[in-house]
Amino acid sequence: MDLSRQWMNDYTAVNVSDKEFCERMTMSGSKVEGVSVTGAGIENVVAGRVTFMNPHPDSDHMWVCKVDVGQSHDLTIVTGAQNVSVGDLVPVALDGSKLPGGVEIRSSKLRGIMSEGMLCSLGELGLDTHDYPYAIENGIFIMQEPAEPGDDIKKVLGLGDSVVEFEITNNRPDCLSIIGLAREAAATFGTDFTAPQPRVKGSGDDIHKYLTVQIDEPALCPRYTARMVKNIKIEPSPAWLRRRLRACGIRPINNIVDITNYVMQEYGQPMHAFDYSCVGGNRIVVRRAAPGESLMTLDGNIRKLTPNMLIIADEAKPIGVAGVMGGGNSEIVDDTRTIVFESANFNGTSIRKTAIALGMRTDASGKFEKGLDPEGTIPAVQRACELVEMLGAGDVIDGMIDVVASPHVEKTVLLEPEKVNALLGTDISRDYMVKVLEKLGFTMRGDQIVVPSWRSDIEHYSDIAEEVARFYGYDTVQSTMIRGKTSQGGWSDAQRYVNRLNSLCQAMGFNEILTYSFGSRSAWDKIRLPADSPLRQALIIQNPLGEDRSVMRTTPMPSMLDVMSTNAARRNPSVRFYERAKVFHPKKDSPLADEQLWLVLGEYGEDASFFQLKGCVEAILRDARVEDVTFTAESGEAAFHPGRCARILAGGESIGLIGQVHPTVCQNYGLDAGSFYAQLDVAAMQAHQGPERTFTALPRFPAVSRDVALVCREDIPVADLAATIRQAGKPYLEDVKLFDVYKGAPIPAGSKSVAFSLTLRAADQTLTEEHAAETMSAILEALAAQHGVSIR
Amino acid sequence: MEEKLRQLRDASLQAIREAEDLEALDAVRVRYLGKKGELTAMLKQMGGLSAEERPKMGQMANSIREELTAALEQGRADLSEKALQARLAAEREDVTIPGTAVKLGRPHPLNRVIDEFSEIAIGMGFTIAEGPEVELASYNFDRLNTAEGHPARDRQDTFYFDDDDQVLLRTQTSPVQIHVMETYPLPIRIIAPGRVYRKDEVDATHSPMFHQIEGLVVDEGITFGDLKGTLNELVHRLYGNDLKTRFRPHHFPFTEPSCEMDVECFKCHGAGCPVCKGEGWVELLGGGMVHPKVLAGCGIDTEKYSGFAFGFGSDRLAMFRFNISDLRLLFENDVRFLEQF
Repeated sequence: MDLSRQWMNDYTAVNVSDKEFCERMTMSGSKVEGVSVTGAGIENVVAGRVTFMNPHPDSDHMWVCKVDVGQSHDLTIVTGAQNVSVGDLVPVALDGSKLPGGVEIRSSKLRGIMSEGMLCSLGELGLDTHDYPYAIENGIFIMQEPAEPGDDIKKVLGLGDSVVEFEITNNRPDCLSIIGLAREAAATFGTDFTAPQPRVKGSGDDIHKYLTVQIDEPALCPRYTARMVKNIKIEPSPAWLRRRLRACGIRPINNIVDITNYVMQEYGQPMHAFDYSCVGGNRIVVRRAAPGESLMTLDGNIRKLTPNMLIIADEAKPIGVAGVMGGGNSEIVDDTRTIVFESANFNGTSIRKTAIALGMRTDASGKFEKGLDPEGTIPAVQRACELVEMLGAGDVIDGMIDVVASPHVEKTVLLEPEKVNALLGTDISRDYMVKVLEKLGFTMRGDQIVVPSWRSDIEHYSDIAEEVARFYGYDTVQSTMIRGKTSQGGWSDAQRYVNRLNSLCQAMGFNEILTYSFGSRSAWDKIRLPADSPLRQALIIQNPLGEDRSVMRTTPMPSMLDVMSTNAARRNPSVRFYERAKVFHPKKDSPLADEQLWLVLGEYGEDASFFQLKGCVEAILRDARVEDVTFTAESGEAAFHPGRCARILAGGESIGLIGQVHPTVCQNYGLDAGSFYAQLDVAAMQAHQGPERTFTALPRFPAVSRDVALVCREDIPVADLAATIRQAGKPYLEDVKLFDVYKGAPIPAGSKSVAFSLTLRAADQTLTEEHAAETMSAILEALAAQHGVSIR
Repeated sequence: MEEKLRQLRDASLQAIREAEDLEALDAVRVRYLGKKGELTAMLKQMGGLSAEERPKMGQMANSIREELTAALEQGRADLSEKALQARLAAEREDVTIPGTAVKLGRPHPLNRVIDEFSEIAIGMGFTIAEGPEVELASYNFDRLNTAEGHPARDRQDTFYFDDDDQVLLRTQTSPVQIHVMETYPLPIRIIAPGRVYRKDEVDATHSPMFHQIEGLVVDEGITFGDLKGTLNELVHRLYGNDLKTRFRPHHFPFTEPSCEMDVECFKCHGAGCPVCKGEGWVELLGGGMVHPKVLAGCGIDTEKYSGFAFGFGSDRLAMFRFNISDLRLLFENDVRFLEQF
């Protein structure tokens, strides 16, 4: 919302600097976004009268002029324009003057003749023919404004107005108007506010002879007010009106259109003008569009209408989309003789939905959609008619049509100063509260506050508290700390668990990444997710931003691979990433998602290998006290290398996966084949969390260490051998460490050599040679029996 | 004899001084003090001396032996020290050569800011609440006093999972307020960091997924002054006590009165610059007193209890904190970016 301060001063005279105005308005709740001054950038440009002209001796198109600029002598100015004559009043940029855009004008020689300045066109002053319709675009601006040579051009053209841009919140559509902001300014600065009282003389006749209005949809159109004007003379509006529109960013068109825009800006009530000759059957019907109806709107586009949309129709056809835009079929044109001013109140939601459906949000729809004052239709249409009479744009027909389909119900709120003070933590007097409220247009009826019709946002004492606090000053309210019971803050156990995982990953050199929670079918294809995978059962977004964000992710893998892919494409040689990634699974018994948290690890480059990553996963699981962890070969996960993938189990239950990414998947992501990935289900890890560890006495007796090298079938997992050793080695076996796996000569094909280092220890004495030998032979026997292992 | 002894003493002391290493020193010891050494040989000759001279010479020989032994000991210590010094000199390293690299991982800058804020809030007696990201419209909108027809509910702004617009991706962390008020005992003091979703195309300042931190306090006698005091405290602990703040009226459907909190521009400290659009202030967060309708909707007695709530975008906070110019960098996860923090 752009506010012209000159315009606002018609209703409340606030004479403070722009800076102070903006600051105090912001602090009372009307947030200022910026301020500009019309004609800013123009300096030292004056009105001048051309007193003499001669063709330039060395040019076939230039003129040498003498111009009276109110100085002791006339200036010599060379111009190339052809529309200047002796006696014309023109803008003259003097030596050292400035024009918008930072242009500086200096005296300079043009083809040998010293020009002591420049005659200006509209464009050079930052204006166009909408501002001054009598002027031409390509030529010097021959001014018809009253002025004396030497007058500052900004004064002559009425520039120098401050235009303040406000960000108005949704609850205050009344402030989308000069009057609404004037009321706020008056309350902010303590100035008097004069509500305008439009007076229309009228010219006789009777509107009811010309027109009837019928509202078919009282809920969507609570009120429709209309007046008519005949003997219309379409012409440009006067300069003061054009200037004010222009200051507020509205382009002047002609007197009637300008009047509707002026009133909309001033009152916040959108207006529309129809050409009466186009209103068939002399009837206006406010109804829903019939199926199949369409309308060419004022912007020249043909709009397909649906029964959700409210339209303005005559007896047969639509002539406007209610509250959004008029129809081309009833547009005001140069030979329009009689017009209908529409000043109506529409349901905001309906207007908004229509505007969105048609893809055309207009100034009018933008105001209507916030819900306007139902009592605002009459003052606006009266103001429009007053302006018609003031401008001599036509004869206002007597009478008014005002159809009230759903009457406005007056609202009251009880004034409870003690509750207001309790909520704010203040000690503001009742008198102060009443003063603020009355300034804002509220009235008191005993203890009841009568809410003005334009403040539909007020319904509770907390709303009253805000009104009072805004002017008392948010910054004046004393800052206090919460009293009452002290509370114990902290992380929950589950949060602390995740925090710990976080620290672990960082300690092992993984950088944390953060990715979108979205997924897509194409991402599932990229990781070769089988067509019948349950992970393809996802929550589908009905209105997604593109296919690649069309579902909620059910697996965190594509996000990690995407990030690795981005890094690989940027030639980052090696990366180690982790993410705390949520995935979303549909629930059977609820429309909501089963939101699961995964710890995801991914790496490629220098040190990356399956066992490197597995070592990290093992460290995490150990630190997180996940009990009874096993890794089993997994060849059924299509995203992974079939021979280099393991399912991670705790207590026999799957808690995750680890593996080398399948070469085809790597290719799909532009990744090197040496890419590794693991994912751990955080909730499942926690479910298998063992008890807090307690102290075990340090060993008092020395250990005995024995290395064994075994030869066995190639396909026997090391984990199985180790399990057998552990079982058979009781009670003296303390630790089993793998230190070598070897295939090739002299080991026969199909076999491998596996070497373990065993630590044996007795708790109560130094282990005897006999006990050690017994343990070793028990182990070897078990290995031979269970796995057909021989000693190398 | 005496003369001989004196010569032996001088010669041996000189040999000790001249010994260049422990081996040479030992040779000196053997030569003079060994079983076949010169001093030993001299002592053996004592038998041939007169009774008068014998004790005198014996005494002299013994004192020379003691002197030699001490000199040898000293010589040994000096040579060891010299050898140690020589070894240390040989082992000198260029200590300006960088250490063996240890790769530490880094937290994502956004999560770092969230954690920092969480720690501060915890110190002020808050706990950390969570809520679902796939949410019901009733929690995200209706119960936050945002009725059917409100622009925020439009399909162009909010992602929906069903035809009736009843299941959605939460557009704010505020629905966590409702979950907390439904399930927590009073008094309530929580913050709730989390992901939120709005239908914005990706650019330097927009993303369809971003992050907020919600705060909620409900207790007897909570005032707007408490909201100001608490937020000032949080912000001062985060950015230091010198940071100026201001509170402006604003509008949110689920708080009344509502406010926005500005902080003095990080860049220009109030002078006005492009970052703050010349205002000298940067908007940091929104808040207000929990709307009585919202409290009542959660079964909280509004005659007895009141509360305040606040919320802000943690992505913006991280961008301010680390001077990050483009929101997209946060979600791109280029390792060269991540390792900067």
